[in-house]
Formats: sequence, structure tokens, C-alpha cells
Amino acid sequence: MNHIRVGRWISGGALVLLAGVYVRALAFTPVERSQGLAQKIFYVHVPAAWATMLAMGLVGVASILFLMLKDDRFDRFAASSAEVGTAFSLVMLTTGPMWGKPIWGTWWTWDARLTLTLFLFFLFIGYLLLRSAVTDAGLRARYSAVLGICGLVLLPFIHLSVYFFRTLHPQPIVLKPSAPSLPGPMLVTLLCSVTVFTLLYVGFVMQRYGIAVVRDESEPHHG
Amino acid sequence: MRDTLRAAWLVLRKDLMLEWRARTAFLSTLVFTVLVLLVFNFGRDPTAIGPLDLAPSVLWVTFTFAAMLALNRAFQLELENQALDGLLLAPVSRSSIYLGKLGANLAFVAVVQAIALPLFALFFNVDVVPVLGPLLAVMVLATVGFVAVGTLFSAMVIRTRFAELLLPVLLLPFLIPPLIWAVMTTAKLFAGRPLSEVAGWLRLLAAYDIVFVALATVLFPVTVSE
Repeated sequence: MNHIRVGRWISGGALVLLAGVYVRALAFTPVERSQGLAQKIFYVHVPAAWATMLAMGLVGVASILFLMLKDDRFDRFAASSAEVGTAFSLVMLTTGPMWGKPIWGTWWTWDARLTLTLFLFFLFIGYLLLRSAVTDAGLRARYSAVLGICGLVLLPFIHLSVYFFRTLHPQPIVLKPSAPSLPGPMLVTLLCSVTVFTLLYVGFVMQRYGIAVVRDESEPHHG
Repeated sequence: MRDTLRAAWLVLRKDLMLEWRARTAFLSTLVFTVLVLLVFNFGRDPTAIGPLDLAPSVLWVTFTFAAMLALNRAFQLELENQALDGLLLAPVSRSSIYLGKLGANLAFVAVVQAIALPLFALFFNVDVVPVLGPLLAVMVLATVGFVAVGTLFSAMVIRTRFAELLLPVLLLPFLIPPLIWAVMTTAKLFAGRPLSEVAGWLRLLAAYDIVFVALATVLFPVTVSE
């Protein structure tokens, strides 16, 4: 129960902060010269993508730890992270085309990052479908751990396979070897938003984890 | 190591013998594969799109479907009379069971492909003979990748509800990277480009095979242990 309550507080706080990020992004961050107001979606799109990657990475790590230590807590965490990751990947996949249409002139392009994130979404969906299709709790935990690890290993291959395609998507502007080329105020807004999305991720996962604990207590466990 | 391979060989032989005696699964997969080729032929406007433009995609989508259908049966036959329990009780390592299943699936898919390829050349009027060597190399590399992941997943999905539906949903995202490389390579080969242009894709395919065969061999025991 404790997880749910703490998670609820964190999520609530993060939602208030998210409103603050919107205010800062719309009113106190300069408008980008060539894209105009459309660029404002950047402060939602990029942090959502960050939270999705974080969720997928942690599903993989938790899966490895579960198979090594056989501790149910890792399985519960992986399931929670996958569910929350699915939600964030939907945010990313809907804000992306909304931004792409006015700026690129097309809703979708088969670029490396778009394809990668679409795959992430399908991996999450497959993972959740597999979980719902296995009735035995012990089997479910092991199967989903196997799929989680395979998914983590697949990602670099998807990245490699589409890396050489022509692209419309911008190259990295913050995480690159040279100094970030984003102007100061925009960078601050982006970092605030990334922090808030990370908090949202933590809050959501904690609530979902708490629900999983309650559910496991009510459901008899088979090895 | 020698014991593992010997046990794997026994599992492989058992599977192929069962397949040889019944032949239903094999014939169904083969007929399905030929039908997919036919569907592709009628699913295009012949006056607008020449057969060679579509040929690489047709070949690989057909092979992907064929592999998927073949993989569904790999562990299905172990469900009858609890044959899987008997297999697991045998004093052999779990990894050798995986390798044996992998080998049997590969043989199964390879025979289907060996029959489908000439038919593809016939239906789509593609001259495969000049590029046969490199084309076979791509087919082997891509199929090993398909079947390595597929064998692992089919061992998991047989004990779930909706196994036949779940396998494609889980497997297709994993098949798309090798599918992309195989289609790229095949298109270059059919266009008469030199081998040096496709070496990069072939290396990626080989890397995918090595990584996923190794990963699946390690993970398979987890999926069947009680």
C-alpha cells in the first residue's frame, strides 16, 4: 500500500511541476525563429522519448536481475516499467507526427529514430500481451524476463539497420561530443521538462508496482 | 561440448523422423508458401510494376511467413502426450534440446525454401542462376537468424493461450532487422551489383545470427525448467 501512496504523491507533484513547465515553455522561453510556436512541442516530445528509453532499458536490466536472483520484486518492477513505458511511447508517437506535419510536411518518415521508437512500442505491446497470455505466475515472470532481455539486445540491431537511411529527423543537439547548440533558456526548459518526466515515470511506476504487490498477495503463487 | 552436440543431433533426428513419417506439417507449409507467391503475383498491377521491382520483397516476405508457420509446429508436437516432459527428463542438457530443435527447424525451413526458390524464379521471371551463390549465403544467414529467435519464442508461447496468434506478434519485430538486410542484399544482387556493395549487410546478418543463437542457447533452459 505504501508504494501506491508515495507514488501518488510523487505523480501529483510531478503533474503540478508539468503545468509549470508548460507555463515556462510557452511564456518564458524564446520562440524558435524558423519553426515558430510549433517548436514548443519539443518540450514534451523529447522528454517523453527519454522516459520511454529509460523504461525499456530498465525492463531489460530488471529482467536480467530477475533471472539471476529469482526475486519477484524485479519481475513486478519490469511489468510496471513496461506498462508506464507504453504510455510514454504513445505520447512520443503522437507528439512526433504532430510536430512533423507542419515542419517536415509529412506525418511520418522511416527514419532511424522513428522506426526505433515504433519498434519500442511494439516490443512493449508484445511484452504486455505475453504477460496477459500466461496464467501461471512463475512461468509468466520467466517468459517475460526472456522477452525483456531479447528486446534489449534487439534495440542496437534496429538502430544499426535503419541508421544509414536518409533522414529528416534532426541530429542530436544536446547529447553530442561538442557543447549543446541549444540556446540557454531553451536548454533550461528542456532539462526541467526531462526532470519532470523522470519524476512522472518514478511516480507512475511506484503506483503500478504497489498495485502489483496487492495483486500478487491476492493471487496464489506457483513456482 | 561433444555430448551437447551429440544430444542435439539426436533431438534433431527425432524431430525430422516424425516430420518425415507424417509429412502433413511439411506439405501444408510448402503449399502455403507457394500460395503466398501466387497471392503476391495477383496482388500487383502487372502493367504498372514490373516483376523484378517487387521480386526481393516478395521473396523475403514469403520466406518470413513460411518460417513463422514452420516455427508454430516446432514445440506443438511436443505437447501431445506430454512428450516435452519426457524430453526434459532425458539426461541431456537443455541447451542441446534447443540446438536440436533449432537444427530441425532449420532443416524444415531450408527444404521449403529450396523448393520455393525455383518456383519464385519461374513465377517472377527472375534469373537467379548467376547470383545463386551469394543469394544462398543471404538465405542461410537470414534464416538462421529467423529460426534462432523463433525457436526460443515458440518454446514459450506453446504454454500460453492463443499460441498461434502470439508467436507472430512477438516474433515479427525481431525478424524485421534481418528482413531489411536480406531485402537490401537481394535487391543489389538481382540488379547485378558487385558483392563488395553488400558485404556490410552480410556482416550485420552474421552478427545478428551469432548474438541471437548464443543468447537463445543461454535463455532457452529458463523457458522450459519446471
